[in-house]
Amino acid sequence: METETLKNTALSHVHIALGAKMVPFAGYYMPVQYQGLKAEHECVRTGVGVFDVSHMGEFILKGPKALDLIQKVTSNDASKLTPGRAQYSCLPNGKGGIVDDLIVYKFDDEKYLLVVNASNIEKDWNWITQHNDMGVEMTNASDNYSLLAIQGPKAAEAMQSLTSTDLSTLKFYHFEVGDFAGCSNVIISATGYTGSGGFEIYVKNEDAEKVWNKVFEAGKEYGIQPIGLGARDTLRLEMGYCLYGNDIDDTTSPLEAGLGWITKFDKDFVNKEFLAKQKEAGVTRKLVAFELVDKGIPRHDYPILDANDNVIGKVTSGTMSPSLDKAIGLGYVPVELATEGSEIFVQVRNKSLKAVVVKLPFYKG
Amino acid sequence: MNIPANLKYTKDHEWVKIEGDIVTVGVTDFAQSELGDIVFVEVETEGETLDQEEVFGTIEAVKTVSDLFMPLGGEIVEFNTEIEANPELVNTDPYGAGWMVKVKISDASQVEELLDAEAYTALVG
Repeated sequence: METETLKNTALSHVHIALGAKMVPFAGYYMPVQYQGLKAEHECVRTGVGVFDVSHMGEFILKGPKALDLIQKVTSNDASKLTPGRAQYSCLPNGKGGIVDDLIVYKFDDEKYLLVVNASNIEKDWNWITQHNDMGVEMTNASDNYSLLAIQGPKAAEAMQSLTSTDLSTLKFYHFEVGDFAGCSNVIISATGYTGSGGFEIYVKNEDAEKVWNKVFEAGKEYGIQPIGLGARDTLRLEMGYCLYGNDIDDTTSPLEAGLGWITKFDKDFVNKEFLAKQKEAGVTRKLVAFELVDKGIPRHDYPILDANDNVIGKVTSGTMSPSLDKAIGLGYVPVELATEGSEIFVQVRNKSLKAVVVKLPFYKG
Repeated sequence: MNIPANLKYTKDHEWVKIEGDIVTVGVTDFAQSELGDIVFVEVETEGETLDQEEVFGTIEAVKTVSDLFMPLGGEIVEFNTEIEANPELVNTDPYGAGWMVKVKISDASQVEELLDAEAYTALVG
């Protein structure tokens, strides 16, 4: 059992009152499920649902050198950002792995927001601080902000009455700071980790419950539902989005993980030289998506085998896909087996089940 | 929480319906509710004789995998193939259409070790 004290979000009591099943996750007491995972998953794919993801970490970086620090610690090219735009990126470590994946928001030339995984807040903070030899003013605002992910194809329509920001024209990975549910200075971001569109709303903790209630009032006629972390995981996995600690970690390189598109070698960053060499030489293993052909469900850490029962890798994420009703997974395999259509096997208990490498996303909308 | 008085129970949240030396086994309402949406039930021990507490199969929810344990020793004489095709029956009708296996028990004295509805209610309450 966990001996450290779990943190509550500003909304934990609301989830309990709604009958959510609460679990410890990344040091927080979080709702994993309300009415049922499959129904919640379906709600986000076809309507609109709300996740409390207040456990995520927020760092504010300010000053004339803020961009320089971000360029140094992240792999994507943040100089391409303009005010009101966000970017998916990662923090390479010094050994070919990944400290964390994150989103970088640009407010203006001297103010940025980094949104990181809850489980890595302290690690990321220490890592970035360690590289801050340029006097960037850093604030860890993680305990002050709540984050609601309002996701699904009906999100914009359902939430429009709450804000003067035109949600229908806010493009993916763009954001505005505006009014929302009677609160000012709210970050309204057209981001999310579900593949079904929608928004992430950053509000101060003291406003969280008020905003939550207004979101549910406004969304009522659209059938809005609270969604737990269980469905968050199946939704992101159907898109093939990486989950830190499962699909990427301190030992996996962004190139192996298929994150070459956020690894930009025309700028300087931590461990660039190593990754550039790896790119030139070619990776030896790759994160692939696969579907099981035989009956069964792949799970995190199950061995991946070749046709001769040799262990060639490991499943990093796996589930029964609620949208596709197929057993799907991600895992690392040798590069020669990483092409679409390759036959691999997953060891499920005492059996070797046939699987086939497929192209992402699993769920195509 | 539905805990029928006419069934026996185990600490592993299985129910047992005793009809002579043939018993029907499933998971309880509490178990299905804790597991959430059941997506796969695997039983490949049909025809085998297993000891009490031995694993006879696996039940998988979207996010979790759990073993199924023999509440009583005996031979697995039937597996409910309906739940292979429709695992959600375990959620919707855990004591009825969601039953898992029928077992021809080898030692009737083991029945004494099972919990009655009252004891099981106390366990999950």
